[in-house]
Amino acid sequence: MNEMSPAAEATADYLLEGRGIVKRFGALTANDHVDLAVKPGEIHALLGENGAGKSTLVKMIYGSLQPNAGEFRWRNTPVTIANPAAARRLGIGMVFQHFSLFESLSVVENIALALPPSASMATLSARIEQVSRDYGLPLRAGAVVADLSVGERQRIEIMRCLLQEPRLMIMDEPTAVLTPLEADQLFVTLERLAREGRAILYISHRLEEVKRLCHTATILRHGKVVARVDPSKETAASLARLMIGADVHAIRTARERKTGPARLTLNGLDQPPGGPFAVALVDIHLEVRAGEIIAIAGVAGNGQSELFDAISGERLSARPDAVLIDGAPSGSLGVTERRGIGAAFVPEERLGHGAVPGLTLSENVILTRHAADNAAGMARRGFLDFALAALTARRVSQDYDVRKGKPDPEARSLSGGNLQKFVVGRELDRRPSLLVVNQPTWGVDAGAAALIRQALVDLAASGAGVLVISQDLDEIFEIADRVAVISRGRLSPAYDAHAITLEAIGLLMGGADPATITLGALSQTEVARHAH
Amino acid sequence: MRIELEKRGEQARFFAVASPFIAVGLMLVTGAILFALNGIDPLEGLFVYFVEPLTTVWSIEELLKKAAPLILIGAGLAVAYRANVWNIGAEGQLTIGAITGAAVPILFPDWQSPMVLVLMLALGVLGGMIYGAIPAILKVKFGANEILTSLMLVYVAQLLLDWVVRGPWRDPKGYNFPKSISFDGWQILPNLPGTHVHIGVVFALVAALVLAVLMRRTLKGYEVRVLGQTPRAGRFAGFAPNRMVLFVFLLSGGLAGLAGICEVAGTIGNLQPSVSPNYGFTAIIVAFLGRLDPIGAVFAGLLLAISYLGGEAAQVSLGISDKTARLFQGILLFYILACDTLILYRIRFVRPRRLKEGSAHGRA
Amino acid sequence: MGALEAVILTIITASTPLLLAAIGELVVERSGVLNLGVEGMMVVGAVAGFGAALTTGSVAIGVVAAMAAGMLMALLFGVLTLSLVANQVATGLALTLLGLGLSGLMGLSFVGHPGLRLPKLEVPYLSDLPFIGPILFRQDALVYLSIALVVAVSYVLFRTRIGLVVRAVGDNHGSAHALGYPVIRVRYACVAFGGACAGLAGGYLSLAYTPQWVENMTAGRGWIALALVVFSSWLPGRVLVGAYLFGAVTILGFYVQGMGVGIPAQFLSSLPYLVTIAALVVISKNRLLMRANTPACLGQSFVPDR
Repeated sequence: MNEMSPAAEATADYLLEGRGIVKRFGALTANDHVDLAVKPGEIHALLGENGAGKSTLVKMIYGSLQPNAGEFRWRNTPVTIANPAAARRLGIGMVFQHFSLFESLSVVENIALALPPSASMATLSARIEQVSRDYGLPLRAGAVVADLSVGERQRIEIMRCLLQEPRLMIMDEPTAVLTPLEADQLFVTLERLAREGRAILYISHRLEEVKRLCHTATILRHGKVVARVDPSKETAASLARLMIGADVHAIRTARERKTGPARLTLNGLDQPPGGPFAVALVDIHLEVRAGEIIAIAGVAGNGQSELFDAISGERLSARPDAVLIDGAPSGSLGVTERRGIGAAFVPEERLGHGAVPGLTLSENVILTRHAADNAAGMARRGFLDFALAALTARRVSQDYDVRKGKPDPEARSLSGGNLQKFVVGRELDRRPSLLVVNQPTWGVDAGAAALIRQALVDLAASGAGVLVISQDLDEIFEIADRVAVISRGRLSPAYDAHAITLEAIGLLMGGADPATITLGALSQTEVARHAH
Repeated sequence: MRIELEKRGEQARFFAVASPFIAVGLMLVTGAILFALNGIDPLEGLFVYFVEPLTTVWSIEELLKKAAPLILIGAGLAVAYRANVWNIGAEGQLTIGAITGAAVPILFPDWQSPMVLVLMLALGVLGGMIYGAIPAILKVKFGANEILTSLMLVYVAQLLLDWVVRGPWRDPKGYNFPKSISFDGWQILPNLPGTHVHIGVVFALVAALVLAVLMRRTLKGYEVRVLGQTPRAGRFAGFAPNRMVLFVFLLSGGLAGLAGICEVAGTIGNLQPSVSPNYGFTAIIVAFLGRLDPIGAVFAGLLLAISYLGGEAAQVSLGISDKTARLFQGILLFYILACDTLILYRIRFVRPRRLKEGSAHGRA
Repeated sequence: MGALEAVILTIITASTPLLLAAIGELVVERSGVLNLGVEGMMVVGAVAGFGAALTTGSVAIGVVAAMAAGMLMALLFGVLTLSLVANQVATGLALTLLGLGLSGLMGLSFVGHPGLRLPKLEVPYLSDLPFIGPILFRQDALVYLSIALVVAVSYVLFRTRIGLVVRAVGDNHGSAHALGYPVIRVRYACVAFGGACAGLAGGYLSLAYTPQWVENMTAGRGWIALALVVFSSWLPGRVLVGAYLFGAVTILGFYVQGMGVGIPAQFLSSLPYLVTIAALVVISKNRLLMRANTPACLGQSFVPDR
């Protein structure tokens, strides 16, 4: 591991160095003596699993957090980056993963907030429109953020950064929210920026794009630097091993699926937008049969959560037969009644939607099971059976390897991965005939993700229908039998996962008309079903 | 110096129990300082205020009578606030309950039967419920902020009461005093055997117990907690937020109405322009001091009743205004809210950060 | 003096305290903080202003004292909600209860004393114009100030960097923090400003509206000011319109009563409260407008991670 000790090398040509950076949050050491060195004109990848400490490190570089130990050097001079303003003064800019935009403010106001107070709004507006055109990311300065698409919002973030003429740009998972096409456009811009002599610190866990784009990669695992490599000389598999530390065991898939009756049918589901910033669902058709896993791919914010709410019954449909669960018209049934038919749901947001932060795990069991499962109903004549709830919580924790500090902790004290295992396990424990899960492994560590995916595959094998909404294409290809793509509230037909190419999915995610996509081995029934 | 908060992983059990006691302790210290500043021996002041009311049978009976409405309303409000529904118009619901309940003896002065009392109580509850339903419906139907509407309705209720006792319901033989005829017989709430304490105290204890069971053991109570903390999770569980708003307003309004008719039929004995020394507002403090728990409200109600009596006693023996009671109550609520921070956070006082190079500091 | 002129003059006096308190609270809410303690800050401002003016003999000192008292109360609220992240709704209520108790005690010796009255400022010549003169050019300083405040707040909020930062903090405190803006400090400043305005509004009541001290003399005006902020959908110009509409309704009620119409006085007195409820319902019904304009962080505590 000698190669990863930059202090030993000649340091004169580094733009930014971090030496022995340590950051602790309570008992957790998020960064443990991290070394990092970035050259001008370099696209430098920061690779690592969720929770490896990437975000913590860049927050310190950007001055949002302060290290407990270690030092940063900027152009070979030790510096303290006390706050983001200080970072910006040095020439460090950041494009956030979760946009730090102000919804009710205009594009120009959003950008002005990130710049030192100077020019008038009119001058700034003109400059924004000019520079954004130059870089191929056009923006209207007067538009209000709330009305913009995800891709446009990211452009605001990038413009914010660019207008500060940064020497170093930090980009936190910039492609997570983009279609493959939009991502390609972004790469062109980034390569141009690097040619201009700017350094880019590129955070990602997508190995292919790191291989393609980046000159150097620093790999973090559990808060420590485990390697510094040239990604173009690595394979995706070797990068993955470095990132995860071990080969993740492959999912056993029963590929010769035997599908049974339809567990979930969507018959022309329509829904007007529920609020000013929501997506409308338009004429959605889908059938999930017993024994199969169907995945819905798509870029965030294209109607996934609206679709989830419509299927779960958190929003009711105008027509009862728009949603059939196990053949029963359910469009006008509430979520409790749909559970009664045998459906189970896992929403995207674990804390605050799937679980109540301030309640214990056993109390959280009651959340989705107070009325479902008549045999083991946890509410009888209005009174709750806490003993049964506690028993169930213990069983779920055991069966799905939920690790916790004490027997029955509050939900908010669990790590993301463990809480997700609990929330998924709580539903699987019911042996549902239909499971609908939104982003099953988002922000979950590799071990937990593998466990959850295996459980989904096993559930389908046991004769349930499983619908997975996911933005993670690797996950989709790992477990799904068929794949549909959602874009602007419209759902494509479901294609056989073996037949559809990544490229075709990319086009569909970008809003291409399914009729124009040629796939080759499309199943005839699917084509017929969506012909109208 | 700056205050920094560090989030705890879970609620701190110790502070969840201790915070009301710390708050009361801080209030006593503050009180002692205030007494000292006014040239009163702090110990004597605190004794008169908080101990003396407990030393005679008469004053304990008074205490229970004052605690009854505070507990009734406070327990109801505790449930409402747990649901994150802010009924702050209990004083108005109390007033309406007093009016609707008192309608029976005023309109039928000669009717004497146990039914009269039952009807009075029922109408009192009903009046409070209906008046509480107004802000609930305005919130559910139109999204109008319940804090503002329920409070506005307090003023309206008090003006209505003022009008009935000066106008249509004024006692014709009352020498033009603004008050109704006096109640007697079955129009009066009976006392507990051998005491001068009306049975409103029993209602209060029963209500607190029932609500405690509701909150701890039933699906409804679970619904209240879930919808109050995380409405999104509540909808996911299949609970209806709008029905919850109506439920807690009917519940807390009904209990306030019951408190109102108990005051009129038990303590006062007729209807007059003012039927409550701000019980509806003090009960907000009761709810918080009781940690939004119905059983907690019982103890909190007793403590605040002491402060009412202490205020009266202090006026007599220390020569300070009984308005100090309201000051103490306000200060107490502040301390409770401040202490509740300790349940979820560790508090650190830090000097302004030195922006020195390499100033690495570990966690305290 | 004509009857209409008299009516308009009283409307201005009735509207000014509402306007002062509401414009301050508007700034507070724009920064994402909901301070329900307006009534408490106002009533303490009223007693402090009255007392200071009475003891020193200077109305100016009274006005300053009213503002200072309101601001101190607001800072108390700030310590709890901003530094200790206490629930803003509960703390606002606590501030009102504390304010009512505190003012009752502070004002004991002032009850029944005639107070000093804020003098009317006359603009030379113009104030002699018929009708327009007394209405526009013969008012006390606080009436002019209240109008100027609306203009100033509107300008600062929407035309200056400081205002942009305030709106940003109210819209998304996490992002504002990430960009390096001192969320808590900005909010403290706004809360203090709101407190000063509420104190001033209280001072106006006890120094100009009815120059005397009566317990609970704010009579719910702080709450009405809060409703006005909602009614205005957080736009300063509409606060001005709302406050004057409101003042007009209240005063017309009194005039109707004075004309000896057979409606009980209590019903007319309840008019302001009923109108407030009606206004809230009408404005809240338009949910789209409400959602687009409500500061997104209103009422939410902010704890920066370190």
